[in-house]
Amino acid sequence: MNSIIQFATQLIRGHAAAPAAADVHKFHGGVHPNGHKLASTAQPIAKLAIPEKLVLPLRQHVGYIPKIKVSVGEHVLKGQMLAEAEGTLSAAIHAPTSGTITAIGEEVIPHPSGLPDMCITLTPDGKDAWATLTPVDWRNTDKKELVASLRASGIVGLGGATFPTHIKVRADGRSQVHTLVINAAECEPYITCDDMLMRERADEIVKGMEIVKFLLGAEHCIVGIEDNKPEATVSMTEACKSLANTSVKVVPTLYPSGDARRLIHLVLGIEIPHDKRSTDVGVQVFNVATVLAIYRYFAFGEPAVNRIVTMTGSVNKPQNFEVLFGTPLQNLIDAAGGAKTGTTHFIMGGPMMGFDLPTIEVPITKAANCIIAATPDLFAAPPPAMPCIRCARCADACPVNLQPQELYWFSKSDNFEKARDYNLFDCIECGCCSYVCPSDIPLVQYYRYAKSEIIAADKAREAADLARERNEFRLARIEREKLERAQKHAERAAAGKAESAKPENAAPEQTAAEAAKPAAMPAADDAKKAAIAAAVERAKALKAAAAQAGDAGNQPKETVAESKKPADKKPVDDEQAKKDKQALIAAAIERAKAQKLAAAQAGTTPKNVDNVSPAVQAEISEIEAIREKAKQTADTKDAD
Amino acid sequence: MNRSPYITDAPTVSVIMLKVLLALVPGIFAYTWIYGGGILVTILIATITALASEAALLKIRQRPIRPYLSDLSAVVTAWLLALALPPLAPWWLVVVGTFFAIVIAKQLYGGLGYNPFNPAMVGYAVLLISFPIIMTKWPAPLILAQTKLGFMEQLQFIFGHTLPGGVKMDAVTSATPLDYLKTQLMLKHEVSSITEAPIFGAFGAKGGEFVTTAYLLGGLYLLQQRIISWHLPTAFLGTLAAMSLVFYTVNPAHFANPLFHLMSGASMLCAFFIITDPISGPTTPRGKLYFAAGVAVLTYLIRVYGGYPDGVAFAVLLMNMCVPLIDAHTQPRVFGHTKN
Repeated sequence: MNSIIQFATQLIRGHAAAPAAADVHKFHGGVHPNGHKLASTAQPIAKLAIPEKLVLPLRQHVGYIPKIKVSVGEHVLKGQMLAEAEGTLSAAIHAPTSGTITAIGEEVIPHPSGLPDMCITLTPDGKDAWATLTPVDWRNTDKKELVASLRASGIVGLGGATFPTHIKVRADGRSQVHTLVINAAECEPYITCDDMLMRERADEIVKGMEIVKFLLGAEHCIVGIEDNKPEATVSMTEACKSLANTSVKVVPTLYPSGDARRLIHLVLGIEIPHDKRSTDVGVQVFNVATVLAIYRYFAFGEPAVNRIVTMTGSVNKPQNFEVLFGTPLQNLIDAAGGAKTGTTHFIMGGPMMGFDLPTIEVPITKAANCIIAATPDLFAAPPPAMPCIRCARCADACPVNLQPQELYWFSKSDNFEKARDYNLFDCIECGCCSYVCPSDIPLVQYYRYAKSEIIAADKAREAADLARERNEFRLARIEREKLERAQKHAERAAAGKAESAKPENAAPEQTAAEAAKPAAMPAADDAKKAAIAAAVERAKALKAAAAQAGDAGNQPKETVAESKKPADKKPVDDEQAKKDKQALIAAAIERAKAQKLAAAQAGTTPKNVDNVSPAVQAEISEIEAIREKAKQTADTKDAD
Repeated sequence: MNRSPYITDAPTVSVIMLKVLLALVPGIFAYTWIYGGGILVTILIATITALASEAALLKIRQRPIRPYLSDLSAVVTAWLLALALPPLAPWWLVVVGTFFAIVIAKQLYGGLGYNPFNPAMVGYAVLLISFPIIMTKWPAPLILAQTKLGFMEQLQFIFGHTLPGGVKMDAVTSATPLDYLKTQLMLKHEVSSITEAPIFGAFGAKGGEFVTTAYLLGGLYLLQQRIISWHLPTAFLGTLAAMSLVFYTVNPAHFANPLFHLMSGASMLCAFFIITDPISGPTTPRGKLYFAAGVAVLTYLIRVYGGYPDGVAFAVLLMNMCVPLIDAHTQPRVFGHTKN
């Protein structure tokens, strides 16, 4: 039935769509932007000469910045580690060539913000002398050691995500990967670095696949290639013959088939649950360039020092180049014959998900898969956005099957909770919705905005919760100390009385003093413990009550009746002190119980059946004041 | 600045609206052939009124006039309303209807993209309630009229409400088939004998069915151009056909056959041009099916049991009210989610 409907739909829509391979599982939506890939595939990959200066940002990957291991003036060899991965989610930085460290400081990095960040500047000596490299005999090495070794390789996902590779191959102890998917879809227009790599170095890629397959313990391996790369398909199919259980699957050219979840669905038919990772269903995805880098590292000991970059767009000779990390963008542009006149700026990444480089003075990093020289002709400035006409073309194009028009509406009106309900966080920001929008609404920007607002609000809430908890603990401590002081005071007073009074004349009221005597210390200890427990209980109860009452502004203090004797009156004698204290504790426990009960009755307005002394009331208002302050602080912090 | 994607490939709103207008051309052509050139004047009056009131309201609302006028949405509303009105409707009727559609139903709700109700149908409903006699008095198609009015005579009628000397009103008007069917059924006649009247054609109204067929052609063009999705017309026509088939099967003497319902009144105009207004309609695929089916059911019920010969306008407006509800409850399953 579905196929009939699909067929009818295609017929009605006038699609002359090529029949997809029978074993490919299509995903919803997707768009067909013009590929513009031919220009940069005419020439083989060229090696870019060593520049006069290399600027290596520490932040070239997802995760923590690595720790610098060199100092200015130090001479380093090619492949020598300059910065060491710190923490699990981090990647090392190596010297792309031999030379001298000439600066360590802030430089502009290729990031949408245009802000400077910490970089290591290396002035090459031109010798390009390798450090001593140690290949890894991966077949005969413990996997844990291999992962640790990869952590020092500096290899990250070269498809553009720059996720540290060693994390993707370590066993997480939860699931076993059975299939390795090689992402060779390269679905973004203009980008051809993976295509060229597959055409020229398929053998090395497959050797890398063998290693990754081994590391993951995967049985199968599938290479997903879009059908606009026939040469790469041929060379990869040929090379894959040497590897068991490995196949090349051609998928239809449809952006964003290179998105990992989309690709897994395409080649395996597995839809990864939104709250799970691909490894949870036994699949791991690697980009072709990453796999090749892994091979170079294990086979020759070469760490990540270069990558293939597509230099295309408005340049005279679009081409792919093997570029050392840290190479100034200008060198790459020059190698591609220079930018044509009319070039206004440069885009890093593809035209669907890339970003404007803030300046030409940026280095090539691990994330730089493609640089596009942009002109107003190639990428026209969008006309002013018109109102959304709810045509739902965006919904038809969304590969996640979201309703972008609804998300836009909620994001625009700051209705963030609703946006979250409509699965805003499943949005992969692929840009398909903006691409098809007849009103030229920058939809993705709205989603980015809404996401960042929600994340910021969540963080602020977390901070406020933490502050509240801290404060409540502090209040509990103060209460405890107060009780301890009162107890000590009572003990001292009792001791004084006991001294002056004769034992045989012990009056009934002196039993209190007896109890407070050093001989009865365990009892006193117990009382103290009870007092502390009661204080903690009270703090908990207050928290619960406040949480209930807080929203409605129905503060406990407004509902309490005043009947208890003010606590600020000093007990006249020890007996009274003791009784008061016991009463206080009992009252606190009672109150806590009552409030706990009230809190348990979710949805109902808490009624404070107990009586609260002015001291407690003061405490409550104090808590509230502090909470308010904490909230404000969190807000201002956020604003900063 | 992260402002990707840098490329777009979409017809602009203006292009979409232009294609809708283009798709109406065959219908207008057939209309002119059947009822005379008066309709062109009606369309012109409606278009001028729509653009003028849209411009005035944009100015009052301090919105840029040029981009919003050139989106052509006001023209689409004007044309749809003009085509829904009886031919030779007096000029002021057209003006009042169009003004109401643009000013009240569209601009006062916030303009393009914000109107919860189909503006053309609001204008139509206002006129139908306010001027029921004029709105239900249809001129006979030229092939049936005893006296054929020329273009100038039609103009005279539109602007002066006067007929050439000696011509009686009855000589130029006739009941529409839907109307005639309804009144005759009330007189206990059977459908088979009623449809033998000369105003009935092979499928629907004599002459009118050509216009309807022309709308169908225009609608298919819109489908082919991917301006509208198949869900709406398919669900509307399918439900209308299914519903009339059930009634027809049960009692063919009292209920007209499905083909008559599909080819009569505003069925085709509704299926391809009215319920396909994206702004006042649902956005989810399933929602579109429910919405169109709802319009079809209401249309049929109003036609058969209601007080008006055709029910498209009220059916559309009633279903417009349900759109937020429909959208909220027909959210498709998001990738990686088991159920929304």
